[in-house]
This record gives sequence, structure tokens and C-alpha cells, in this order.
Amino acid sequence: MSLIEIFLYILVGLSFFCLFRIIRGPTIADRMVGIDIFGILVVGICALLVIITGRTFIIDIAITWAILSFIATLTLAKYLSGKKLNE
Amino acid sequence: MNNTVSLVFIGIGVAFDFFGCLGLIRLPDVYNRLQASTKCVTLGTWSILFGIFIRYGFTGVGVKALFCIPLIFFAATVAAHALMRGAYIFGVKMWDESVVDDYKDEWRA
Repeated sequence: MSLIEIFLYILVGLSFFCLFRIIRGPTIADRMVGIDIFGILVVGICALLVIITGRTFIIDIAITWAILSFIATLTLAKYLSGKKLNE
Repeated sequence: MNNTVSLVFIGIGVAFDFFGCLGLIRLPDVYNRLQASTKCVTLGTWSILFGIFIRYGFTGVGVKALFCIPLIFFAATVAAHALMRGAYIFGVKMWDESVVDDYKDEWRA
């Protein structure tokens, strides 16, 4: 097992921390924070998968996931502050 | 040589990610969790992507990873700010021992 794979397993374990916060969060904002942090962690996981598997298209998944996570968090925050989505 | 330097950058990034997620679990209320985890995880992911760029150089993967760095910076910080504002307007209570509340006059009049 190389060092990169150990780093990958550490990152996958950290995403379970986010899952813990999504399940146990006392308020709805805590769950959104967990989803936001998980979206950033997945970018790092995809970047490590590029080195391990050698398939270079996975970095495209990372970029797309970053943009989609940004849009999802903005939408949820807009909903949380009680506005319509077109204001 | 390049592989060693990129391993060092990736290790620093994983360490930052670890401390950010530790703050996500341990801190008491939503504002503390947000400020701890967003900053640490953003910097950690920056470091991992920069390690990818060092390892691959100016090829397709390296340039895409380099492009992803400012995207992560602006997207994560703007999203965290919007999330904090939404949580404050929604009425999430602060921690009992919090000291400063600068937005009280503006949004909770």
C-alpha cells in the first residue's frame, strides 16, 4: 500500500465525519454545513484518484463537482433566509 | 524529485483537511463549525491540487488542477458567507458564551 492510498483512505474516513454532522446536526444549518464541506472533500478525493488509477478524466469530475456544490449551497442558503429563488 | 515535493504538498493538504473536519465535529455551534471547517478544508484542497500540478506539470491534468484552485477559493468562501447569512436570518441561536454579535442591529432589530 503506497502513501497516496493511505491519504485516500484518510480522506474517505473524513467524509464520514461530515456524514456524522449531517445525521446528528441539531439545526438545519448544521446539515448544510456538512454537505458543503463534503462537496469540497470530494474534489480532493478525485484529485488523489487521478494519481492512483492514472485515468486523467477524473479531474473533470472534480471541477464539475466543485461548481455543482457551489450552486447547491447557494440555493440552500437562499431558501434558508426565506426568500424566493429569483430575488 | 517532483514526486517527493508533490507528496509533501498532498500530506500537508490531508493534515489541514483532518483538522478542519475535527473542528466540524467538536465545536459548539454552527458559526464556529462553519468558520473552522471552511477555511481549513479550502486550504487543504488547495494544497492537494497544487501537489497534482507539481507532479504532472503543464499537461492537461496539471492545468486543469491549476484552474480548479481559484474556483475552489471563490466558490467555497462565497458559499460559506451566504450560508452564514442565511442561518443568521433564519434565527439559529449563537453559543451561550459567544461574546460579539455585530449583526444584531442590522438583521434582528
